[in-house]
Amino acid sequence: MNAMVKAEGVHKSFGTAHILKGIDLEVAPREVFCLIGPSGSGKSTFLRCINHLEKINAGRLYVDGGLVGYRQKGDRLHELKDSEIALKRRDIGMVFQRFNLFPHMTAVENVMEAPVQVKGETKAVARVRAERLLDRVGLSDKAKHYPAQLSGGQQQRVAIARALAMEPKLMLFDEPTSALDPELVGDVLDVMRGLAEDGMTMIVVTHEMGFAREVGDALVFMDDGVVVETGHPRDVLTNPQHDRTKSFLSKVL
Amino acid sequence: MFDKAAGGPPAVAAPVSEATTVAPETITAVPVRHYGRWISAVIVIGLLVSLVYAFSQGNIQWQAVQDKLFDDTVLAGAGRTLMISVLAMILGVALGVVLAVMRLSKNPVTSWVAWLYIWFFRGTPVYVQLLLWFNLALVFPILNIPFVYKDEMTDVMTPFMCALLGLGLNEAAYMAEICRAGIQSVDEGQTEASHALGMTQAKTMRRVVLPQALRVIIPPTGNEFINMLKTSSLVYAVTYNELLRSTSQIGSTSYAVMEMLFVASIWYIVMTSVFSVGQYYLERRYARGSLRALPPTPWQRVRLNLAHVRTRNHPSTRNS
Repeated sequence: MNAMVKAEGVHKSFGTAHILKGIDLEVAPREVFCLIGPSGSGKSTFLRCINHLEKINAGRLYVDGGLVGYRQKGDRLHELKDSEIALKRRDIGMVFQRFNLFPHMTAVENVMEAPVQVKGETKAVARVRAERLLDRVGLSDKAKHYPAQLSGGQQQRVAIARALAMEPKLMLFDEPTSALDPELVGDVLDVMRGLAEDGMTMIVVTHEMGFAREVGDALVFMDDGVVVETGHPRDVLTNPQHDRTKSFLSKVL
Repeated sequence: MFDKAAGGPPAVAAPVSEATTVAPETITAVPVRHYGRWISAVIVIGLLVSLVYAFSQGNIQWQAVQDKLFDDTVLAGAGRTLMISVLAMILGVALGVVLAVMRLSKNPVTSWVAWLYIWFFRGTPVYVQLLLWFNLALVFPILNIPFVYKDEMTDVMTPFMCALLGLGLNEAAYMAEICRAGIQSVDEGQTEASHALGMTQAKTMRRVVLPQALRVIIPPTGNEFINMLKTSSLVYAVTYNELLRSTSQIGSTSYAVMEMLFVASIWYIVMTSVFSVGQYYLERRYARGSLRALPPTPWQRVRLNLAHVRTRNHPSTRNS
């Protein structure tokens, strides 16, 4: 099994609301995998299942060959302990629509937090890496600023640096530019483009079709909890096969 | 994001429009006359004067109030009131945070234990709780924690211990609810971001949630402390020599009951006033970010009014 992420018939419900109705897909290492679809289609929910922020109800979900949230013994699944789940999440970075930076810490402290608290790194080591990462996202001069003193685009770039500080194998992006002013979107996409060029495996829930076409290696169109269409972004975006995909793209392009 | 300018004086209107528009003549209208305010002020002042007059004619030895205000026994009592309030508050806050975290825990056992504690200590009057500690020796004459400690209960339950446990454990129940509200006020995205980074529940609580909950927890905690200063007078019942008890004892031996109650009141009001001022600035500090512009402090208001009066006298300075 060499897929970075593999989903087999994944179902997820919130109470009576059936959000995911059998998702099957595979994400190869070093791939930029884009998820598009109307709001409420379940793409964000699926993303959150990958690092077990949501628990799936049926099916199997694997990250780097290992089951998400469970351990299989014989034919029975055993829930993982909180500490074991936390251990697995170290390798999966996540970037949120609303940034979710820690407002009581400066930019550099945000980036240092997890390596120091989770990996037990010394502050000196973590600080060197944090400063390098902030430099990489173009914010070396904002290291001592608090999130409230940064623009949305700057906050999101700090959030990306924070996720990268754990040196993850996989990065999840949950509509990273949806909460940004249009003129700030470019800076965040540039950082993501750079990550893709470095070979990071990325799953990106996005409404940025330009980014998907230009950077994406694979694209999935989801609607109403199912995968409607899969393919190379160029093909799906320019020559959609399903009516539902066509009507969605005609509205957003 | 909006609080950067807060704290300073309100911004002067930007001189953008100066070049394009000519300022029209300043309005000088007759202000609305508030006759009702004048009449009510006269009535209130009249009532106050008669109240003061009544007290001056009453059978009160004002000299005794003056003599005993800085009496050593009274000062020691006030000191003990302050000390027991601070210590009980520390106990209450520490235990309250623990209880709040327990209450919100996914573990049903710890959550239920915390619920039970809060249910009991909020459901019974603090006065009754003080008496329960005070009379504990009636049911358990010997305090015996196997292999750790063994002593006469009356030796352990000194008036100080009764006061500390009675006030502190009661306060913990109230602080637990305040802390719970604070913890729940922190955005869920914060917990998610922390978990996504691989931080455990405990680390998330300690490093991410609690520091942010503080801004919600601290203002009502100041309030609780001011309440505690007054509630501490109840430890009179467990023979702890705090302010009320030490003044009352002087009062009953020197036949100056009312005078000594005045002395106690003066000290209580001094203490609560001092801490209220601190509380005011604490609340202001923690309101940053939730209010766009903070209301001016009393001192700022005075300066503002002075500046206003000055500009009214020199109309030329107004068109800046």
